Amino acid sequence: MIKFFLMVNKQGQTRLSRYYEHVEINKRTMLEAEVIKNCLSRSKDQCSFIEYKDFKLVYRQYAALFVVVGINETENEMAVYELIHNFVEVLDKYFSRVSELDVSFSVSEMHL
Amino acid sequence: MPAPIRLRELIRTIRTARTQAEEREMIQKECAAIRSSFREEDNTYRCRNVAKLLYMHMLGYPAHFGQLECLKLIASQKFTDKRIGYLGAMLLLDERQDVHLLMTNCIKNDLNHSTQYVQGLALCTLGCMGSSEMCRDLAGEVEKLLKTSNSYLRKKAALCAVHVIRKVPELMEMFLPATKNLLNEKNHGVLHTSVVLLTEMCERSPDMLAHFRKVRKLSSSQLVPQLVRILKNLIMSGYSPEHDVSGISDPFLQVRILRLLRILGRNDDDSSEAMNDILAQVATNTETSKNVGNAILYETVLTIMDIKSESGLRVLAINILGRFLLNNDKNIRYVALTSLLKTVQTDHNAVQRHRSTIVDCLKDLDVSIKRRAMELSFALVNGNNVRGMMKELLYFLDSCEPEFKADCASGIFLAAEKYAPSKRWHIDTIMRVLTTAGSYVRDDAVPNLIQLITNSVEMHAYTVQRLYKAILGDYSQQPLVQVASWCIGEYGDLLVSGQCEEEEPIQVTEDEVLDILESILISNMSASVTRGYALTAIMKLSTRFTCTVNRIKKVVSIYGSSIDVELQQRAVEYNALFKKYDHMRPALLERMPVMEKVTTNGPTEIVQTNGETEPAVLETKPPPPGLQPASQANDLLDLLGGSDITTVIPTAPTSKPASAGGELLDLLGDLNLTGSPVSAPAPQIAQPPFLLDGLSSQPLFNDIAAGIPSITAYSKNGLKIDFNFERSNTNPSVTVITIQASNSTELDMTDFVFQAAVPKTFQLQLLSPSSSVIPAFNSGTITQVIKVLNPQKQQLRMRIKLTYNHKGSAMQDLAEVNNFPPQSWQ
Repeated sequence: MIKFFLMVNKQGQTRLSRYYEHVEINKRTMLEAEVIKNCLSRSKDQCSFIEYKDFKLVYRQYAALFVVVGINETENEMAVYELIHNFVEVLDKYFSRVSELDVSFSVSEMHL
Repeated sequence: MPAPIRLRELIRTIRTARTQAEEREMIQKECAAIRSSFREEDNTYRCRNVAKLLYMHMLGYPAHFGQLECLKLIASQKFTDKRIGYLGAMLLLDERQDVHLLMTNCIKNDLNHSTQYVQGLALCTLGCMGSSEMCRDLAGEVEKLLKTSNSYLRKKAALCAVHVIRKVPELMEMFLPATKNLLNEKNHGVLHTSVVLLTEMCERSPDMLAHFRKVRKLSSSQLVPQLVRILKNLIMSGYSPEHDVSGISDPFLQVRILRLLRILGRNDDDSSEAMNDILAQVATNTETSKNVGNAILYETVLTIMDIKSESGLRVLAINILGRFLLNNDKNIRYVALTSLLKTVQTDHNAVQRHRSTIVDCLKDLDVSIKRRAMELSFALVNGNNVRGMMKELLYFLDSCEPEFKADCASGIFLAAEKYAPSKRWHIDTIMRVLTTAGSYVRDDAVPNLIQLITNSVEMHAYTVQRLYKAILGDYSQQPLVQVASWCIGEYGDLLVSGQCEEEEPIQVTEDEVLDILESILISNMSASVTRGYALTAIMKLSTRFTCTVNRIKKVVSIYGSSIDVELQQRAVEYNALFKKYDHMRPALLERMPVMEKVTTNGPTEIVQTNGETEPAVLETKPPPPGLQPASQANDLLDLLGGSDITTVIPTAPTSKPASAGGELLDLLGDLNLTGSPVSAPAPQIAQPPFLLDGLSSQPLFNDIAAGIPSITAYSKNGLKIDFNFERSNTNPSVTVITIQASNSTELDMTDFVFQAAVPKTFQLQLLSPSSSVIPAFNSGTITQVIKVLNPQKQQLRMRIKLTYNHKGSAMQDLAEVNNFPPQSWQ
């Protein structure tokens, strides 16, 4: 099951966040900061799946933006990895060559 | 009041903020503006304001005052308003707020709206945050929508149904008729969501699962063949532009179908047979050059492993995993290691073939891969490869990150214990671990090691010499120092006499040994436990060494006034030994007997931590003035009280030293989990030690229809315990008591533990209980067998102690049973 879906840039600013399970609002910022710290500390040839607390993070980097999805054990990690890429491709088509600014400015479209 | 700024403006202004404080300030100002705008009940700009509010919520600022506004937006007629309103509801509201119930009516109306997009919005919101009341009310509408022909709505309705089922499982049957036709759709969206719905149903309820598996002869809609057909179409059909992802059509749907097949095929032969062909086909035809193909193969492998597939298929799966391991891409290797870990239990030999690759992965840079490789390596160690594997693992221990060291060290200990080819190798390995990762070793490893060392009698000299050399240089690693000081205390004479067969003997004088022990005592790095070890070791040496007894006396008396209470207690007692009980000193401080081998298997370990094997030594003295031996968590002593002492029958006869302390040690050492651990239906919860004995599954003595009346031993607070008696034909002094515990209250009693003690002349043996939960309303009982040996035919008396959890609180009770019928013991 997917727990959350985040798009965070390298400085730690959240561009998009969607939680599928209830998380307290102040914990959310902490969670996001920790998650991005974990992802940033990894190099390019390390694998994209991190074990974090009791679930897994699947992350993928596109330029300065990290797309991170938190999943639990029942999910197929590689399928989620593909899902991220699919999502980014869809955005690309919608915005015709999407960039981080597009993501930040069109919050409502992103959600829907 | 000027028109509120647009969302984009807001975002732009926030981006210009350079510090966190500036940003907060801007947001506060904007929030105030929004609040006043809400108060004015301005309809035109409400949606803009809520959009801004949602953005601020995403950044982490509180936005709860916008909830009612969302509701107003939902109720409005404009589509844009509704859109933002529903989005806000999804993000800001959940079942914890009471406000959400107000939405129910709105959603109901919108579900019947003429525009499909509005219906879609309503379905989305319900599927996202519907509470159980809302779901119950609206489930009928959702079900109706599930049957429409509009595929846009159908797929959303299916996902909404998934959410409803998760919240209110009882409604599952309602959706069952609608699912019959779901798989006949062409639209992939609908197919995908309906597969998700079916998966959820099958996972939640075994009845549904059975229902779906059934082969219905008349109708042509059997589930497994249908799925197989869809999958085949996906693979065989040519290029279809709308569903293509790097050359494979709709991999997401393929993965979902494979997962559903896995659930259907688990433990079911017929379904598994039907799937075999298609799985083989998918496995061989999928392209592996891209990540997509690998994702599908991964899911296929997982499915093959889980269902009852034929062996050819399993071999194929393991080969695929082997190929993954050799791939350069880290993700794939990680995934392969994870799945190999799952399969290593069942297909051990096949995985062994890839052992060298796995061991190579230990050297990888990536943390996740290293962890997986380490776990898998431990699973693969067996008698044949233990030497080679250990070398690799020790090397790994040297170079890995600190977070791994504890796990790695314990793993090495376990593996070494199981497969050690020779005692010397075992001791060498342990020493190597202690020296490299000494401070990360878990506390309970120390007593285990000590016991191991005492068991290998011929290696004592070698061991103590090596340990001495190890701590000469560096005594900061606590577990190493503890083990070393214990050994030096025990075998100091061997050390000084300089005899050692295995290695070059070193010349050590008594003074040097005492030097080292004293420096441990003084050093700042030693924990107080370690100091305790060192002091006791010095004391023991007073009988082993000949010329330095005075020095020892001096050291011991210094610590008689130490601030550390434990140390002070020990020093005072040892002083007393020197002065008043000097005649007993040699006898008390002689060598420790060989300890019973204890196999620690998971939660049933009994060895107390923190070097508390020391209390066993303390107990060999006559009761020290006023201080009882520190027996931690030893309910046994509570139960035994003052005079009654139970001796539990050991399953294998051991040589018991005569002193009471020795009995205690024996009791602890008695947990002979001989060979096959009891696979009792009861979970192995942490029961107090002496219940775990007698695990030899001897059949009950059913040979006499004794006709001895049974008694009610205990009846209080709804818990009743009955004793049923049987006398054995073969051994007339053994009585077998079967206890039955029943519960007449309306709540279950969990974690029920029964303990018993009998007077000195009897011997008691307690077998494992049937379970640890007593169901309520007398609907079931726990049975447990007790065997009592009564050689002197005395009146049977028993003291029992019961602990259990009831109504959320832990209860405990002691009682005496005196009403044994005469036939049970005469």
